[in-house]
Amino acid sequence: MTIYLDNNATTQVAQEVLEAMLPYFHDLYGNPSSMHTFGGQVGRIIRRAREQVAALINAEPDEIIFTSCGSESDNTAIRSALTTQPGKRHLVASRVEHPAINALAAHLAKEGYRVTELPVDGEGRLSLEQFARSLTPETAIASLMWANNETGVIFPVEEAAATARSKGVLFHTDAVQAVGKIPIDMKQNAIDMLALSGHKLHAPKGVGALYVRRGTKFSPFLIGGHQEKGRRGGTENTAGIIGLGVACELAARNLEKENTAVKNLRDKLENALLTRIPHSRINGDRVQRLPNTTNISFKFVEGEAILLLLNELGICASSGSACTSGSLQPSHVLRAMGVPFTFAHGSIRLSLSVYNTEAEIDFVIEKFPIIIEKLRGLSPYWEVGDAVCATFEG
Amino acid sequence: MWEYTDKVMEHFLHPRNVGEVENPDGVANVGSLACGDALKLTIKVDDQGRITDARFKTFGCASAIASASALTEMIKGMSVDEAAKITNQDIADFLGGLPKEKIHCSVMGREALEKAIASYRGLPDTEAAEKIICECFGVTETEIERVVRENNLKTVEEVTNYTKAGGGCGNCHEAIMDIINRVRATAKPVEKPKLTNLQKIRMIEETIEREIRPSLRQDGGDLELVDVVGNKVLVATRGACAACALSHLTLKDFVQAKLRELVWPELEVEEVSK
Repeated sequence: MTIYLDNNATTQVAQEVLEAMLPYFHDLYGNPSSMHTFGGQVGRIIRRAREQVAALINAEPDEIIFTSCGSESDNTAIRSALTTQPGKRHLVASRVEHPAINALAAHLAKEGYRVTELPVDGEGRLSLEQFARSLTPETAIASLMWANNETGVIFPVEEAAATARSKGVLFHTDAVQAVGKIPIDMKQNAIDMLALSGHKLHAPKGVGALYVRRGTKFSPFLIGGHQEKGRRGGTENTAGIIGLGVACELAARNLEKENTAVKNLRDKLENALLTRIPHSRINGDRVQRLPNTTNISFKFVEGEAILLLLNELGICASSGSACTSGSLQPSHVLRAMGVPFTFAHGSIRLSLSVYNTEAEIDFVIEKFPIIIEKLRGLSPYWEVGDAVCATFEG
Repeated sequence: MWEYTDKVMEHFLHPRNVGEVENPDGVANVGSLACGDALKLTIKVDDQGRITDARFKTFGCASAIASASALTEMIKGMSVDEAAKITNQDIADFLGGLPKEKIHCSVMGREALEKAIASYRGLPDTEAAEKIICECFGVTETEIERVVRENNLKTVEEVTNYTKAGGGCGNCHEAIMDIINRVRATAKPVEKPKLTNLQKIRMIEETIEREIRPSLRQDGGDLELVDVVGNKVLVATRGACAACALSHLTLKDFVQAKLRELVWPELEVEEVSK
């Protein structure tokens, strides 16, 4: 039995998505660029997929460029902004961005670009005033994630995009975690570019998209053939793109469920764990947050040990602890939020999807306290209790 | 996901000797909440200096828990002197190995054991006076020197895997590299185990064949092993070497140096009369 509560890492390909994709591996394997009907018919299906993706975020189909993943979309957006504005050598991002932005920014800093990384508060929130102040005439692009992958905290990207536009700065958002979970309407905001990823919304891995607003100067990242109107070279991942289209249509249908049923299950799980397990807390703003995500910390125990005991029961989750990353430091998101070490090492992210059931959540609620109790029984800090915490949190 | 051995998982899921010994004879606390792992080890020692009981409490990941559990199993029944010889590698071996990023868990076990023994022997805790190199994880100069020396470490990354030092802000990387260079510069050549005559002869033959003969042959020369008497290696020169006035130098500077390096440091090469 597998209880999958790690949907921010990746999701199951939906049955409908899988079925829609299957013909395009073996039977309809044509190249959409071909002149013959056999290939050309695939081109028509891709056109439909583009419409489906555009519809989910209320964009125009020609504003969608298919890519191989969220990271490619992010890299394309940032590089394009820098290439098309060679005089501007400053970029702005937050400290809690996904590595697709953070590591790229660090790389660009080495290339001589100036990078401003905006801090977040204890709840993982960004200051819009600080954001506005960070934009200068030298700023080529500002990039803020729509929702955080670890905590689910939602940034006010639409307000930030309006500010950026008023100052003549391009605005990109890594919306990989947000698309399909919360409503997004590109006709109602000033966001110039937006990255999304297939496998976070029940499409397969290996396909993503970049939204580029009409009229935005663009320079391709992957240079090659005329595919994607010359904006992204390389033969299309036809099956993946078709899967992404169907997944987006499905996500639009499930959006309400995501924000009612899934949210209710998440709330039930989170409240039960907080009530049943002493010395636990939620990391991040509980209001401005994705409906499917909870990041919860347990004092005196370590995240990897929790994960492996959950794993013994078939429960899949992830952790921001140092030991799971191999980096020796707890997650950069929790550190940026100033989460005390006592809590950061024992943090667990549970992320749900529409496929989780109440019975699964009840099982997790039943077993979780036993796991924490077992590990606290091993912990030298458990009996010492709050006396120790005081020295670390003080 | 880490590749843990079955034994690590077994000790993690069913840890042995959890808790604290009553009225312990030796106590150790190592690590901290901030570092992400910590271990409290308590031991009971009888009149004969034998460890009769050992118990642990660990805050940390699966391999930290398994390392502590393994350690207590290993030392129970040992004399304190025997236990004092346990290395982090022994703990890792007991568990069938640890992922390289997790070796610091076994080092934490060895550190705790040492401290517990020191506390049993009534030795003072010297750590407070020592120089801290890695501020993020509170790792001392002595500790880094020790793992570098004992495990023949060459890179900062290896030191991080063994002690966590350098795994945080990275400000100490240069200091760690300095320690590595210093230790390696002063390191005594690894003491080679004593060889039997037979082993020595075989190794000399192999070394001549693999390392020496190909070079000599390039110059049209050759060499033949005649006999080995104690540390004296008796050889005869052949081909161009036999006629070469400089063959004496070749034998000392090249042949003897190679054999000393690869077989035994006290070997003397002598040419037998033609």
